Amino acid sequence: MTATSESLLVPFALRLGDDALILGQRLGEWCGHAPTIEVDLALTNLSLDLIGQATLFLDYAGKLEGKGRDADRLAFRRDAVDFTNCLLVEQPNGDFAQTIARQFLYSTWQQLYLNALADSADDTLAAAAVKCVKEVAYHARFAAEWVVRLGDGTEESHRRMSAGLDWMSRFVDELFEMEEADRALLAAGAGVDKAALRPAWDAEVARVLKEAMLEALPQRRTLTGGRLGRHTEHLGHILSEMQFLQRAYPDAVW
Amino acid sequence: MRAVWGVLAEVPDPEIPVISIVDLGIVRTVTAEPPRVTITPTYTGCPATQAIERAIRNALDQAGFTDVAVATAISPPWSTDWISNEGRQKLRAFGIAPPPRGDGRGRLTEERPAVCPHCGSEETEEISRFGSTPCKALWRCRSCAEPFDQFKCH
Repeated sequence: MTATSESLLVPFALRLGDDALILGQRLGEWCGHAPTIEVDLALTNLSLDLIGQATLFLDYAGKLEGKGRDADRLAFRRDAVDFTNCLLVEQPNGDFAQTIARQFLYSTWQQLYLNALADSADDTLAAAAVKCVKEVAYHARFAAEWVVRLGDGTEESHRRMSAGLDWMSRFVDELFEMEEADRALLAAGAGVDKAALRPAWDAEVARVLKEAMLEALPQRRTLTGGRLGRHTEHLGHILSEMQFLQRAYPDAVW
Repeated sequence: MRAVWGVLAEVPDPEIPVISIVDLGIVRTVTAEPPRVTITPTYTGCPATQAIERAIRNALDQAGFTDVAVATAISPPWSTDWISNEGRQKLRAFGIAPPPRGDGRGRLTEERPAVCPHCGSEETEEISRFGSTPCKALWRCRSCAEPFDQFKCH
């Protein structure tokens, strides 16, 4: 690993951590509000896994950065423009079907992504990927099962599942975008060729949507920019709630 | 070294106190002088990990060990295959179906029904894959009608 690629690892680990953190926070909003107690437990379990994963990646980013920032500091003391999560994970929960749509599209991608990252030349990232993919396999399966249950359910659940996928479909392309830094890290053997994951993702999504009696994802104008810190209006609202305590009482501890 | 393992074998898992952290397979390496213990988390977000670290430190302190250090390692990742046979028996006796043996990643698509820890029946059904802790799923026995937890394959 050269010094150059090490400097590329900081934003790379940040992106992974930010995705997991923001999606974990979003899922946490369901606590006490889900349709049934079992679903409530499932969504908060997913949230807990994702926040654990965020801690791994953000701690690593902070360590590489060498400015003394740990996962908490990075989570609670950065502004929206400094977050590099993809736009998909910050989208609002909407109804349960919209949440499931977001989870299905993301977890299917995350599982492929982490399986590829497991072969990274960076030992820390590879170890984290191997650890996290075991959890994400459960997430992907949970989401896919609900896509089928809602899609192939009643007229109402089918309509809502379609609407949820319709909303989220605009944010899919961003998952597969390769920035210059992605290509450099890939060349160094540490990154992931995201574009190469697309056929497998398309196939899995198509398989589940077919089983769910749902139409293929609609072709919508793509929205992107999260990786560069250009976010939808929703991220600021998430942060205002998530960061409230550390903003109001800096450095407060238990 | 054996003395350190002996102390650790008495440290209960904070969420399933019938089994020790050694039964659970999360203690990876131990060195005696000075005492260095490496543990591996079950799930990345499991809040018990921090409690376990403190419990290990307290137990070794009370047993008279000084200069104790506890480290966490995520590689190789913890697997339910590391739960000891004794641990599996204790889980069953406590009413939790132990996880099937096998590679966690490969097993996901070919799960067999959990065996009811109360009556031994395989006529069981999953109620929710996510239960009261990250490591457990909720099941119901169709033979004896009792609900039960299953330790998830991981």
